[in-house]
Amino acid sequence: MASTSTATVDRLVRLDAPEQPRRRLPFSPWHLFLAPVAVIMLVPLIWMVILSLETSSEAQSFPPVVLPTGLHFHNYVATWNSEPFGNFFLNSAMYSLATVAGNLLFCSLAAYAFARLKFWGRDVLFIVLLATLMVPFQVLLIPTFLIVKHLGLVDSVGGLIMPNLCSAFGIFMLRQFFRTLPIELEEAARIDGTSRLGILFKIVLPLSLPALATLGIIQFMWSWNDFLWPLIIIDTASHAPLQLGLSTLQNAHRSHWNLVMAGTVMTQIPMLIVFLFAQRWFIRSIAFTGIKQ
Amino acid sequence: MLDEVTKVFPGGTVAVDGLSLEIEDGEFMILVGSSGCGKTTVLRMVAGLEKPTTGTIRIGERIVNQVSARDRDIAMVFQNYALYPHMTVYRNLAYPLRQQRLPRDVIRHRVEEVAEMLSLKALMNRRPAQLSGGQRQRVAMGRALVREPAVFLLDEPLSNLDARLRVQMRAGLKRLHGRLGVTTVYVTHDQVEAMTLGDRIAVLSDGKLQQLGPPQELYDRPANVFVAGFIGSPPMNLLRASARDGRVSAGDFVLERPGLPDGALIVGLRPEALKPAVDGMPSIAFRVDVVEPLGDELIVHGSLAAELIAASSDRDVAEGALPVANGTGVEAVARLDPRDRPAEGRVIRLGIEPEAVYVFDAKTGVAIR
Repeated sequence: MASTSTATVDRLVRLDAPEQPRRRLPFSPWHLFLAPVAVIMLVPLIWMVILSLETSSEAQSFPPVVLPTGLHFHNYVATWNSEPFGNFFLNSAMYSLATVAGNLLFCSLAAYAFARLKFWGRDVLFIVLLATLMVPFQVLLIPTFLIVKHLGLVDSVGGLIMPNLCSAFGIFMLRQFFRTLPIELEEAARIDGTSRLGILFKIVLPLSLPALATLGIIQFMWSWNDFLWPLIIIDTASHAPLQLGLSTLQNAHRSHWNLVMAGTVMTQIPMLIVFLFAQRWFIRSIAFTGIKQ
Repeated sequence: MLDEVTKVFPGGTVAVDGLSLEIEDGEFMILVGSSGCGKTTVLRMVAGLEKPTTGTIRIGERIVNQVSARDRDIAMVFQNYALYPHMTVYRNLAYPLRQQRLPRDVIRHRVEEVAEMLSLKALMNRRPAQLSGGQRQRVAMGRALVREPAVFLLDEPLSNLDARLRVQMRAGLKRLHGRLGVTTVYVTHDQVEAMTLGDRIAVLSDGKLQQLGPPQELYDRPANVFVAGFIGSPPMNLLRASARDGRVSAGDFVLERPGLPDGALIVGLRPEALKPAVDGMPSIAFRVDVVEPLGDELIVHGSLAAELIAASSDRDVAEGALPVANGTGVEAVARLDPRDRPAEGRVIRLGIEPEAVYVFDAKTGVAIR
């Protein structure tokens, strides 16, 4: 994942760099800086893969064994069988997809209201919303837990999902994007007989696909990698998402780093796939922010 | 249709000030004025995109102040066309009909009819980004026409086109209105568009109606200095003058006009009314600066032996403080026959028929007949 994001930055910089007609280097001068950074970002990833293929003793020796004696793919099978990984994957998928869907729907509704509707106290409310971005989650942990508890959702995937269906960040991001769309389009749609909700779903959202894709990816990454909230709310192993399940592999009594890393590689594969598919949108959305259409 | 309508924007800007305007059924009404005069605000209030602060707006018999834009049975063409970028031309045209939940085959039939009329048939599957300016403009027109609305609102629809296309589309618009006869309100800052298209023209300045009438009437009998300076191209030459004992004088220009009260005046001379002076005609010295031959006529720029006044600084006219133009870039213009071509740098005498001279009150700017 780290490697792909570096590649993203890399491509963006090249997009921005002005064309130099004369005396062109075979590479952009930026590469002298970016290539080493990319390597540094890649090291932990490569190290993770190497560890996942080593034996337990190789993985724990110091100095570390960089070239293992053999490739022990068996580690993956062992990890998969040691814990209910199928459940973990399912829970993570439900958690991530539900929060992505929730965020796209609820954030766009709220963002449109903040962007275009005129109502009393709108700007004050928006500032309050922005202010909540500055409150760390750790502060909200206990109140959120209590609310979820009152709803009877403790130790369930529902309790995992519910507080994350809408985010201040998502509202903020979409509002900023919606405001860049030409208002005449919405006025034309109004005259053409579209309701407010219709304008949002038929005009605004189709034109906001880059922003929605970005929000979707960010939320997916966030939910997929979330550890703290699942740790608090989930007790039963079969209800745990991947990151929480992964942590059960390491404890005071046994820390087989090769198995932990094998599990980590497995959890990262869906992220990589999502990112590869969504990369096009991601880049476009960043590039869009600078272009006035 | 509009009755004593006033719009005050938050912050206190009075965009439209007590405007009353009745538009006949099937009429092509032009709202014209310089930018910021409130004409677009009027249109937006008719469309239902802005609410009037006071006054009532009626469409037919119905007071529509509280009626939302979608229920007013109007269509609007925006200055930047506002085509939906994510839809093809066909879906853009069909959109208003789909919102009305008409049957699919009715929609197809009507869209094709309009596409035929505006020769858009070949472009149906393109998206707005793949169209030229003129094509986009036609799609925008089509999207408005397809609804067969009661009122058709156009907000400077030709201003984003190049000059040739604009002339072409202007004729097209006129033909279209002749064929369909839909009540049309058309906003423009271009007085040529106003003159050529309108059944009647409403000249606005500072949110107030200056004059309302057919184009020829506005040209022949401007109600005040603003209209006089606005209608006609090139604009009327306005001179500071004074009257005494029935004689009007501006510099070396002297005109007999018995019955005029003594005092400060503004005299208006249309460029096309000026011609080489003949004996007995009121005339004025004209220093020729630049001659622009257009083939059939000459546009002659220069200065007059009198104090010139900037034509369309409406705000100042309203306050009675007219700017002095000499040395401030305002120049006199005459349209002459190519056979009368004067040499640049020479001073010539240009005459005018006494009845072609306009006289305005210097304080109020109102025409004196």
